Amino acid sequence: MELLSGAEMLVRALKDEGVETVFGYPGGAVLHIYDALFQQKSISHVLVRHEQAAAHMADAFSRTSGKTGVCLATSGPGATNTVTGIATAYMDSIPMVVITGQVQSDWIGDDAFQETDIVGCTRPIVKHSFMVKKTEDIPATIKKAFYIASTGRPGPVLVDIPKDLTNPAVTYEYNYPSKVKLRSYNVVSKGHSGQIKKAVDLLMAAKRPIFYTGGGVIQGNSAAELTELVRKMGFPCTNTLMGLGGFPGDDPLFLGMLGMHGTYEANMAMHHADVVMAIGARFDDRVTNHTSKFCPNAKIIHVDVDPASIAKNIPVDIPIVGPVDQVLKEMLEQLEKTDEKPDQQALEAWWKQIDAWRAYHGLRYETKPDILKPQGVIEELYRVTNGEAIITSDVGQHQMFAAQYYKFKYPRQWINSGGLGTMGFGLPAAMGCLVARPDATVACVTGEGSIQMNIQELSTCLQYNFPVKIINLNNQSLGMVRQWQDMQYQGRHSSSTYEESLPDFIKLAEAYGHVGMRVTKPEELEGAMKEAFALKDRLVFMDISVDPSEHVYPMQIKDGSMRDMWLSKTERT
Amino acid sequence: MRRIISILMENEPGALSRVVGLFSQRGYNIETLTVAPTNDPTLSRLTLTTSGSDRTIEQITKQLNKLIEVVKLVDLSEGAHIERELMLVKLKATGAQRAEIKRTADIFRGQIVDVTSSVYTVQLAGASDKLDAFLESVGDASILEVVRSGVSGIARGDKVLAL
Repeated sequence: MELLSGAEMLVRALKDEGVETVFGYPGGAVLHIYDALFQQKSISHVLVRHEQAAAHMADAFSRTSGKTGVCLATSGPGATNTVTGIATAYMDSIPMVVITGQVQSDWIGDDAFQETDIVGCTRPIVKHSFMVKKTEDIPATIKKAFYIASTGRPGPVLVDIPKDLTNPAVTYEYNYPSKVKLRSYNVVSKGHSGQIKKAVDLLMAAKRPIFYTGGGVIQGNSAAELTELVRKMGFPCTNTLMGLGGFPGDDPLFLGMLGMHGTYEANMAMHHADVVMAIGARFDDRVTNHTSKFCPNAKIIHVDVDPASIAKNIPVDIPIVGPVDQVLKEMLEQLEKTDEKPDQQALEAWWKQIDAWRAYHGLRYETKPDILKPQGVIEELYRVTNGEAIITSDVGQHQMFAAQYYKFKYPRQWINSGGLGTMGFGLPAAMGCLVARPDATVACVTGEGSIQMNIQELSTCLQYNFPVKIINLNNQSLGMVRQWQDMQYQGRHSSSTYEESLPDFIKLAEAYGHVGMRVTKPEELEGAMKEAFALKDRLVFMDISVDPSEHVYPMQIKDGSMRDMWLSKTERT
Repeated sequence: MRRIISILMENEPGALSRVVGLFSQRGYNIETLTVAPTNDPTLSRLTLTTSGSDRTIEQITKQLNKLIEVVKLVDLSEGAHIERELMLVKLKATGAQRAEIKRTADIFRGQIVDVTSSVYTVQLAGASDKLDAFLESVGDASILEVVRSGVSGIARGDKVLAL
């Protein structure tokens, strides 16, 4: 019989869950836990500079590896600093376990020093949360937390542990449960075969079909099945921002991203489709534009593991509730057994139409001789990294340019905050990716606005040697805000510029012990980028001056249908 | 349309706040709410009335089902059911009013459960509209205080909401 303290039980339970790294920041209420971490070797700890970064790192670790990321913070401000990170993971359905210290049990409710009701604060942004009441409940609670976080539609789970429960002086027998049984939580393990059959029949009869796939394909590890299915049918495929990499970006069947900043051909094809097969996507407002005008002639099939996602925003003709990989596998099996083929003649006409759209207005931008275009920087990044890098991004114009111009080949290659749109996500995310895949090339595409929201993590990068390549598309303004102000507020740039107050990012990078590179001219870019990526063991901060007047296009016109878009500053559909 | 949703959930601290929180987070409204443990002390039964389009109600039930502590739920208004609400009303009862209130309470099968020289307290159980009708009958002028339990309900026939 092994006797362990609460803190030791927690650490042991994490080990038993297969956790190798915890991202966190110490403080009063978690000191017993940190002491237990100190006295063992199986789990390493990454000390961040702000708890928000710990949450983003755990989140990105999870996005990259498919395993559940873990972050640890103290009570009060430590815990509240994780809130944005938790909300980010929640919106993108990322499995994550957040452990927070709480003031000792008998002080709870007394407004004790560093006391916050973090379970209450985070209730709307977690899949579930626990406040542990008894030390001996710690192992079972951790087991449940990991199980809930990683199954069904994944999400963050918070475990709040009062300090007295981790007291090293009090020990209990340690038993880690091998199984979890929750009578109130049952995960759907299989899609309905009859519904799958109906979907196959509808796809076979389709004249203008399209696959519209989202983050569920990535999280559900079903990119291979999706790729096989799309190629077998010969249908066009478009991905949401969260779904990029679910289908190879360089495949001729791929139409690019859809939605607000989707490609012309993807949005046109969606609008004119007669059958839309949505897989692990949630008909988000950034995709559908006005819901009443969405895909007016389409029958819709929707595969999702979360029944609440189905028919939430858009009515669905054939709902299929189940894990995406299982449903797609069964669909492929049913296709094997049938002699039916998709309507080739109709498909040919459909592709002819799509190719005409592509030819009319595929992704493009105007170049200028004396200044870099942000799109061009992403294209260069794609070339220099052979399209093989893991790309994280922050939020804004640079995020959209990266999504449009970096043709992601693999799932888990594109790491961004899609649902919540969290500026400050990119750098800690890149660090989390490197913990999951230390040998990968990881670039953080960011802007001078976003990067300053978690720039303190440059210090963490030095401590743990995270050789992130920061691609700072510096347009000296909050580009996306400025774009909206140009388009909707007659160019009144209210609080979207910083005049002369931007830091010298090169000196800043150097001050943190890293390499800084400034690129201001188009002809310097290729050489500098090659040099940066050749410095494999170093963090390189590339501060790249780009055209401040650039806008992201296409851009859907508010309250229109999917086909209503601005294609440039002067052209609209 | 008004709906009665009855939920069987884990009798744990925090479960109620998750249910109530869901309604405010997602912009749904709760008209009445009643909750108490069942014969199985590990389970609570929560009944609430809400209103909304069919689509909203479908979302409400789906989102409630997603809560980890919700074990089972039923929309009682989808089938035949019995609905009851308990009301205690304190009424001014002086002079001729005393007899009148007694008569009205009898008509509604209410009971006078407390009496002073100037006040009657009436206890009344039934569907919500019956309680509304009683209040209308006695009139605002005599009402001193109203307390209602919120709706409880159970399906008719063999259907049960249990583990």
